[in-house]
Amino acid sequence: MNLALAPETLARWQFGITTVYHFLFVPLTISLAALTAGIQTAWVRTGKEKYLRATKFWGKLFLINIAMGVVTGIVQEFQFGMNWSAYSRFVGDIFGAPLAFEALIAFFFESTFIGLWIFGWDRLPKKIHLACIWMVSIGTILSAYFILAANSWMQHPVGYRINKERGRAELTDFWHVLTQNTALTQFFHTITAAFLVGGAFMVGISAFHLARKRHVAVMRSSLRIGLITLIIAGLGTAISGDLLGKVMFKQQPMKMAAAEALWDGEAPAPFSVFAYGDVEKGHNTVAIEIPGLLSFLANDDFDSYVPGINDVNKAEQEKYGPGDYRPNIPVAYWGFRWMIGFGMTSLAIGMLGLWLTRKKFLLPQALRTGDDEVPNLVLFKNKALSARFTKWYWVVALWTMLFPLIANSWGWIFTEMGRQPWVVYGVLRTRDAVSPGVSQGEVLTSMIVFTTLYAILAVIEVKLLVKYVKAGPPELTEDDLNPPTTIGGHDRDPDRPMAFSY
Amino acid sequence: MELHDVWFVLIAVLWIGYFFLEGFDFGIGVLTKLLARDRPEKRVLINTIGPVWDGNEVWLLTAGGATFAAFPEWYATLFSGFYLPLLIILVCLIVRGVAFEYRAKRPEENWQRNWEQAIFWTSLIPAFLWGVAFGNIVRGVKIDARHEYVGDFWDLLNPYALLGGLVTLTLFTFHGAVFAALKTVGDIRERARALATKLGLVAAVAALIFLLWTQVDKGDGWSLFAMLVAVVALVGAIGANSAGREGWSFALSGVTIAAAVAMLFLTLFPDVMPSTLNSDWSLTVTNASSSPYTLKIMTWCAAIAAPLVMAYQAWTYWVFRKRIGTQHIAPDHAAHSAH
Repeated sequence: MNLALAPETLARWQFGITTVYHFLFVPLTISLAALTAGIQTAWVRTGKEKYLRATKFWGKLFLINIAMGVVTGIVQEFQFGMNWSAYSRFVGDIFGAPLAFEALIAFFFESTFIGLWIFGWDRLPKKIHLACIWMVSIGTILSAYFILAANSWMQHPVGYRINKERGRAELTDFWHVLTQNTALTQFFHTITAAFLVGGAFMVGISAFHLARKRHVAVMRSSLRIGLITLIIAGLGTAISGDLLGKVMFKQQPMKMAAAEALWDGEAPAPFSVFAYGDVEKGHNTVAIEIPGLLSFLANDDFDSYVPGINDVNKAEQEKYGPGDYRPNIPVAYWGFRWMIGFGMTSLAIGMLGLWLTRKKFLLPQALRTGDDEVPNLVLFKNKALSARFTKWYWVVALWTMLFPLIANSWGWIFTEMGRQPWVVYGVLRTRDAVSPGVSQGEVLTSMIVFTTLYAILAVIEVKLLVKYVKAGPPELTEDDLNPPTTIGGHDRDPDRPMAFSY
Repeated sequence: MELHDVWFVLIAVLWIGYFFLEGFDFGIGVLTKLLARDRPEKRVLINTIGPVWDGNEVWLLTAGGATFAAFPEWYATLFSGFYLPLLIILVCLIVRGVAFEYRAKRPEENWQRNWEQAIFWTSLIPAFLWGVAFGNIVRGVKIDARHEYVGDFWDLLNPYALLGGLVTLTLFTFHGAVFAALKTVGDIRERARALATKLGLVAAVAALIFLLWTQVDKGDGWSLFAMLVAVVALVGAIGANSAGREGWSFALSGVTIAAAVAMLFLTLFPDVMPSTLNSDWSLTVTNASSSPYTLKIMTWCAAIAAPLVMAYQAWTYWVFRKRIGTQHIAPDHAAHSAH
């Protein structure tokens, strides 16, 4: 059989495509749920209309996005059974449990309370309605936790034993699976990265409107919220990334050696910032290196020894038998760099933005024409130069929206492809995990169907987002400000239209 | 009763919950073509399930996740074996979810009509295919000694399973019509009730043949009892609907679905997926299940979470208990909210 179209290859491509696609929506959903909840809280507490308008605006974008996140998530759950039945048989005893927990504890929460939030504006008292969006937010975060615990078990299997008789892995300590350091650090890293996406999203869209001097009151607050989120999340991803890196160095030395294209062990080991030429050849054509940094990242010690790809490969051959235990080195090397590069660039832009929009640089009170003045980012005494810089910052801010998404995608590609040829590290090889009974034609069909469908939906989704972003926050009506509820009282008009309907 | 038997029952309960709940929202989707005369009426129907369809769908995800955790062999054989039908169902569920959320997001006639078409087809097709899938599970499929499905796509399209598909489609549509009568006011409510009677009779004929066939083939005393409950409840649902007792009718159509699904699971036990090639190769509650430790943890989780889920989902139905009609649908919603 043609290797490029072998069911294993196709199944892997399908998993990669559907997962990365799904994960474009997940981080934005997680962060926008919490941010929308936070803004709505601000409205309930202060009664300021700009917060209500912001809630409705960001809430709508959140809903357009979560719809895609939810439906593409369904595929994820069933894909294991469809394409990876041997995997499911082998690890279902362990891997299934967090998935079931996710459904029972997180999905139900999320999906039930989102219905209440969307349709409940005029059916629920203000505070209960607010509680609903917080429930959605808790649901999204719990969901992330359970799925990351499951994934962490694939990265670093713990709390199990192999049952030879049944030919499978069996759970012995579920608590250990849920609380092992891989799961906790990966959760910390993924959640902070999710807020990086949401922060950048708010910054970009606020900048879009501010550059056009529209919806200023709402967008100025949103910009600041977005910037603060971006910075806290950026610092969080850096710290958690460092922690996760150290965990991985211990648990998956091959992955980190591949991430550095470090062929032979070194002490001290340098961190390669950029390698020119073919990273397959290792460090011989490297352009920029930081001496000792890799040693520090691995072991908190600038002089320590870090094993290389060849060393780990040899060690794994001794442990698991003959074979090639190297992942795709260029993907690991560049994936790692794109992840860090795009992530940290977003953080830098956030810091610059927060500094530029601080009080001192807002237009002085005396020069304002109204309360809704756009921050001018006055950097220089020269006004023309200031205006030019301001304009540039809006453009950069808009582009920043994409950066954390790119970083997130490469982060997943790196973490999953860096584990190859294992699907469960040290326990089960990917080639032994595919469905033996599923034909090449079937996998090919589903891959074509999903890819086409996802491409069409992506166009629809982006167009809708653009439409609603451009439209800006809605004007408020009397009903928005004083939503009549039917709980604890009579509807003042039984034929009054619903506040929200499909 | 051992834990794997408990989980067999719990999986059955999850499927009953799924078919009870998503059954009527599939039905509503089908009725957007059969019942609604114009766009405002379509919107009334869609909005009767607006706040709840997403929560209903999670019953499927939970059934899937629970099967993965409690019976990994069953999960693996079922979803790799029924590959193409499952693919079609997944595509429908994807498009359906997006259709509900996106339909009103643009005011253009074409846009809305396309999503309405999508809602109809993506409700009808899974409603039919789930019946086909369960028909095949009960009847048994070609499973080899490794527990792999070795039949092909066409093996799944046998008369018994296709009849099963017809049963779920008609039953869900009836269930949806009764729900529509329960949740609407005005002219559409009257027509929903009239249509429900007709749909109920069609569903009754299909269901009676299918359940009798099942009983003769595989049944015992318990399954006979479940079958009788299903048939009596269905007759009662049709009667209550004709008498204008919509609440009772809906409860009874729900009982019909629950009893029918229970009957299928009763005829399965102790198998979960019988093999037609050799009964020694069948998947059973013992050879397909997880370890007792995993089942124990899952049992704790279900014991705590399930009552909570049912409580807050029930509350949702209470919050949105008000009947709606065309007067409750704000005209030109998309144009309004875009400003």
